[in-house]
Amino acid sequence: MYISLAALIMAGLLNAQSQYKAGDIASDFKLKNVKGEMVSLSDIKDADGFIVSFWCNTCPVVKKYDQRLQELQAKYASKGYPVIAINSNDPKVSPGDSFDKMKETAAKLNYKFEYLFDETQEVARKYGATNTPHIYILSWKDGKLIVEYVGAIDNNADDAAAADKKYAEDALNSLIKGEKVAVSGTRAIGCSIKWKKAE
Amino acid sequence: MKLLLAAVILTTIGLTPIRSQKIEKIGVPELEKILASPDNVLHVVNFWATWCPPCVTELPYFEKLSKEYQDKDVKFILISLDFPSQIESRLIPFLKTNKITADVRVMTDLDYNSWIEKVDAGWQGNIPVTLFFNNAGKIKYFYPSEVTEQELKDLINKYK
Repeated sequence: MYISLAALIMAGLLNAQSQYKAGDIASDFKLKNVKGEMVSLSDIKDADGFIVSFWCNTCPVVKKYDQRLQELQAKYASKGYPVIAINSNDPKVSPGDSFDKMKETAAKLNYKFEYLFDETQEVARKYGATNTPHIYILSWKDGKLIVEYVGAIDNNADDAAAADKKYAEDALNSLIKGEKVAVSGTRAIGCSIKWKKAE
Repeated sequence: MKLLLAAVILTTIGLTPIRSQKIEKIGVPELEKILASPDNVLHVVNFWATWCPPCVTELPYFEKLSKEYQDKDVKFILISLDFPSQIESRLIPFLKTNKITADVRVMTDLDYNSWIEKVDAGWQGNIPVTLFFNNAGKIKYFYPSEVTEQELKDLINKYK
């Protein structure tokens, strides 16, 4: 049976898209924050690593985790692991994820972490992010950014109090103690990143 | 006052059959049972949520084709990933408003990492996704994004 070529290509691309996993070396990037400044991970002083979070303004799962991401920033930035949130959604597909709306969201929710716009979607593609929220914990080792954990913040999107596996915190606590991260990858339901449509 | 009371009673009676259309809540064992179904039919299992705009866009195609393929050895199951706290407030009203009569179940196990890979090794947890399978016919195809009506129809015809 004939299947539209576009569908095959798209499915193929999505399947072929590889994702960083623990042990991989992550790329640095240069993206605009909500203040309009260009930010690279290597410019951020006194960091032992980062909590890179593929994020957005619109996804209900992101909204569920909003408070929890802010708590990660409050708890771990001072311990060497600041949150770096990245919105990679195409505003043409998801108008609520425009740069202006990012500024509004950051102001309204009083984000204390960097909130960056991945306008070309290159960073999401390189990291292999598929969803929001999608967390990548990185650490500096010998001048390289090593991927330590990829996945969810915890195991209950609906109710923070009911989460009994705090993947991101567990990974960060291990890294800070200089121990090996026990669970280095998880999967979770989230909103798909809104990729640019082929023109 | 009497009129109001009558209206309330009528409304209540009117709502009762819809209210009683309880949606089946499933956990990991029930999901595993669906995935292991020995029935020699094409299973089309869509994972979606009311909070996911592309899912809501494609849902009518599943609804429509589930009717079209009713007697043609194709079994549709639409697994909602709406939050358990929003089943009554959001999911059930949504199904009612959109007149969805297809087989909808809601996954209430939020420990996503414990079951996502059981559906497909390639699934990262983004929705919508659709799994096409017929265990008896050794068919399995995982579609990792939203479909158009034509794509859905083509995929069904290809695998059934």
